[in-house]
Amino acid sequence: MSLLTVNNLSVSYGAIEAIRNCSLRVEQGEIVTLIGGNGAGKSTMLRTISGLLTPKQGTIQFERKEIQGQPPHRIAQSGLVHVPEGRGIFANLTVEENLQLGAYSRNDHAEIRKDRERALELFPRVRERLKQAAGTLSGGEQQMVAIARAMLSRPRLLMLDEPSLGLAPQIVQTIFQVIREINNSGTTILLVEQNAAMALKVAHRAYVIEVGSIEMDGPAAELASSDEVRKAYLGAH
Amino acid sequence: MMRGTSSVGSDAAAVAKSEAAEVAVKGNGWTGLIPIAIGILIALVLHFSLPAPQRSYNTQILQIIGIVIVLAVSLNIVNGMTGQFSIGHAGFMAVGGYTAASITYYGSMLLWGSTVKHGGFLGSGDWLFLGSCLAGGLVAAIAGYVVGLPSLRLRGDYLAIVTLGFGEIIRVVLQQTGPLIEDIEALQSVGLKQLVPPPLGGSLGFSGIPKYTNLFWVYSILAITLVVAYRLKSSSAGRSMISVREDEIAAQAMGVNIARQKVTAFVVAAFFAGVAGGLFAHSTGTVSPKDAGFQQSFDYVIMTVLGGRGSISGVTLAAVFLTVLPELLRDFEQYRLIVYALLLIIMMLVRPQGLLGIHEVWEMFNRRRRKAETSGSDVSPAEVGS
Ligand SMILES: Nc1ncnc2c1ncn2[C@@H]1O[C@H](COP(=O)(O)OP(=O)(O)O)[C@@H](O)[C@H]1O
Ligand SMILES: [Mg+2]
Repeated sequence: MSLLTVNNLSVSYGAIEAIRNCSLRVEQGEIVTLIGGNGAGKSTMLRTISGLLTPKQGTIQFERKEIQGQPPHRIAQSGLVHVPEGRGIFANLTVEENLQLGAYSRNDHAEIRKDRERALELFPRVRERLKQAAGTLSGGEQQMVAIARAMLSRPRLLMLDEPSLGLAPQIVQTIFQVIREINNSGTTILLVEQNAAMALKVAHRAYVIEVGSIEMDGPAAELASSDEVRKAYLGAH
Repeated sequence: MMRGTSSVGSDAAAVAKSEAAEVAVKGNGWTGLIPIAIGILIALVLHFSLPAPQRSYNTQILQIIGIVIVLAVSLNIVNGMTGQFSIGHAGFMAVGGYTAASITYYGSMLLWGSTVKHGGFLGSGDWLFLGSCLAGGLVAAIAGYVVGLPSLRLRGDYLAIVTLGFGEIIRVVLQQTGPLIEDIEALQSVGLKQLVPPPLGGSLGFSGIPKYTNLFWVYSILAITLVVAYRLKSSSAGRSMISVREDEIAAQAMGVNIARQKVTAFVVAAFFAGVAGGLFAHSTGTVSPKDAGFQQSFDYVIMTVLGGRGSISGVTLAAVFLTVLPELLRDFEQYRLIVYALLLIIMMLVRPQGLLGIHEVWEMFNRRRRKAETSGSDVSPAEVGS
């Protein structure tokens, strides 16, 4: 039984159908990536899984329970944590307060402290900025805070929406390195990316989404070497 | 479709549990009460060292300042911390004021045969008054719940219009109430018919309210308000309210029930506004429909904007300033609005985040000091969840 199973999902914004009959699954321990161009429906998929959108059709199972239609805070509390596109940092709060909000639904204080330590080990730069207003950080640092904050919710499935968006190549390297480390220490990850080259490098399996439907899927390495993906997403000619 | 609403009050148990844990971590109860005790002590000193209000204009002003601070700081929970835009705060104040006034006015008549002030300091009359203020707060809080519900679906301008409408509805409804029953004989012979509409003074307002409010009550309640507001702000519940203001989607991703936080903000703010209404009614001896109006609400909005969205001390300073200023400019009453408008425009240009932004006065000093001490040294990790 998969950790997350999405079955025949369709989602619309009013009359616009953004996702049509999409199915995917994420197994315990994997990094799965969902790649596709701008407007393909990647963010819509994540928003629907995390309960921000209600599907028109289809089911979403997380740890064997159907979660579609549940309010987003309930889904987050059940261990499915979404780092939204654009990071969703609380700009006027300090970095420390941002991290505290990550642990909002928990009250096992000793464990929270350990998780905080681990998150800060992953991102030493975040530790240097703890007392600073999060809005004053650079884009890369904000992305780090967003991921560190999500880790304080102790997610069983971490969903990242374009963590590399608008970041310098060096920072992107750091972020993907950490994504791999987080996964190595046991957290399952669903990664949405336009940066297919990087995403396919860290992921175990991948899905390719185009205009609202899933066109291809398979082991990440296989997709990375397929002609279609290379032409459309990896800039090969 | 975007999910606008979600379950209010559900999984309250889980959240309450984590809040209780937080209080426990803070070393709750007794140490938390110290600031309140200090506040009440100050209130006592003020009360016994200054002349009674009927003999001193300054005492009257001091009472009004205290009441206005309660109103501004409570509105700041909704507008500043949670980022909703309410311009109906005077409506809650009026609901509390009328509720409290009718309890002491008719209660005194039934208990002691007249509406004359009864008993001395902390005498039976004082306790009836205190109970009436709490009742005013509770009725206002219920109104706050009802007005808070639209905030789940509406944002920005639309929510502002609903809250504005609420204040105006209260004003108009109060105008339609019946004349006051003026003595005990009339009250005893009253029939059901005379209670519809309720005898609250109509458009003339509710007058002849016994003037129980004094500096002791005002500043004790102010101390409680400030401590509650500050502890809320530095608690997990307060942080989650601020997270709603900052980014609703990210807040939900952290497990924050944004619907519940918005409604809670409205209820808490309305409660304190209602209590302040009780204080106000028993300070001046009258409360009238126009006290629920837009003009009054707007004064409090200006205070929260000037003081800084979320800064309790900033809003307190703004409340003092904007209450004293018109008194100093008495002769320029007609220019008051112009001065307000200018202040707002200057503020928006120079310091759009308000006087203090989200910070408190003492935090600004700390920041200065830290900068002076070392630049760029390692920051000691504070405890999460503390
Ligand atoms: N709030 C919205 N209202 C209407 N249409 C939207 C909205 N958000 C996204 N869309 C449309 O849905 C489609 C998928 O968008 P999205 O999921 O954001 O794509 P991606 O994240 O892959 O770039 C696009 O055609 C986009 O224009
Ligand atoms: Mg997107």
